[in-house]
Amino acid sequence: MVTANNELAYNSKIEGDVIVTRADAVINWIRTNSMWPMPMGLACCAIELMATASSRFDIARFGAEVMRFSPRQSDCMIVAGTVTYKMATAVRRIYDQMAEPKWVIAMGACASSGGMYRSYATLQGVDRIVPVDVYVSGCPPRPEALLDALMRLQTKVKRERSAEKLLSA
Amino acid sequence: MSAPAAALTALREKFPRVTERASADHPAADVPAEELLAVLRCLRDEHGYDLLADLTAVDWAEGASPRFTVIYHLLSTATPGYLRLATACAGDTEPAAPSVTGLWPAANWHEREAYDMFGIRFTGHPDLRRILMWDGYPHHPLRKEFPLAGVETPLPDPEIVAETGAKAIAAPMAGGPFVASPGEMKMTEAEPRAKDESWNEAKDKPE
Ligand code: SF4
Repeated sequence: MVTANNELAYNSKIEGDVIVTRADAVINWIRTNSMWPMPMGLACCAIELMATASSRFDIARFGAEVMRFSPRQSDCMIVAGTVTYKMATAVRRIYDQMAEPKWVIAMGACASSGGMYRSYATLQGVDRIVPVDVYVSGCPPRPEALLDALMRLQTKVKRERSAEKLLSA
Repeated sequence: MSAPAAALTALREKFPRVTERASADHPAADVPAEELLAVLRCLRDEHGYDLLADLTAVDWAEGASPRFTVIYHLLSTATPGYLRLATACAGDTEPAAPSVTGLWPAANWHEREAYDMFGIRFTGHPDLRRILMWDGYPHHPLRKEFPLAGVETPLPDPEIVAETGAKAIAAPMAGGPFVASPGEMKMTEAEPRAKDESWNEAKDKPE
């Protein structure tokens, strides 16, 4: 098992076909490496989101290339763009339709804080309607910044007590 | 004489109540609201102004009368040239103007936008709903008395409001609006910044 974490220890000579580990480690390992995004591309940041998905930056290296346009099939909503008040309720409704476990990345100044749009029409930060896990600065952020956000989210997910949550759900 | 100016002269002979309007670029004219449709129809059918390039409005601020003016930009695709027509709206609190959707279908969304932003009612419009703000939004944001930051308003979806408690708020201006300084300077200095930097989100505005 090639992995940087020390959750798994496997020696075939001693253990044969059995791997001993913690449930949390296995669940989180699966979750972190197949985090399917819900691309909530609402403005210019969405262009960088597309760049992140394409070959030069290749978000597939992190298991997050499967952009799902159905909230039922996605794990991580990437809010990329300016959220107007008119759109805000739809964003929340889509978030509600995503199956647990779910996470949110606020990509760019607009999604994080309203950005330069201090106006009557713009939601002043998407965290007013959905819980955000990672904020990305920039207008727009570079694709590397989004990849960094995804890696931070993966680090965060790795620390979750998933088994306990599943049993108490 | 350019083609638009010639069209305007011919138009003023036919409609004596049409008056010339000061303009820095294209020939322009003021048209009384009652004659608007006849004038525009004449321009479209007899002078070849077949394209409505833009339809917008001006708010001359509270107290002015007439307060609202609707502006039409026409383009002739046969003899290239623009023509601008302006008509004052009847009514200063509940402004109204005739709809030109019957002449140019393109006017449909433009008129919805002017209605949304200024509250001008276009009589005869087939579907006069808001186009940018949500249905039921109580204000008309481009009116002069409406602040850029907005005013506190409930969001349209009661379920979401019950769940999140979110509402449309007056945006924190924090020393804004954020503008680029005019004139020639280094790129770093020319970056948009708050007009009044003595306060921001972290530091309150000095009294
Ligand atoms: S942060 Fe900048 S690039 Fe991203 S949506 Fe806002 S204005 Fe566009």
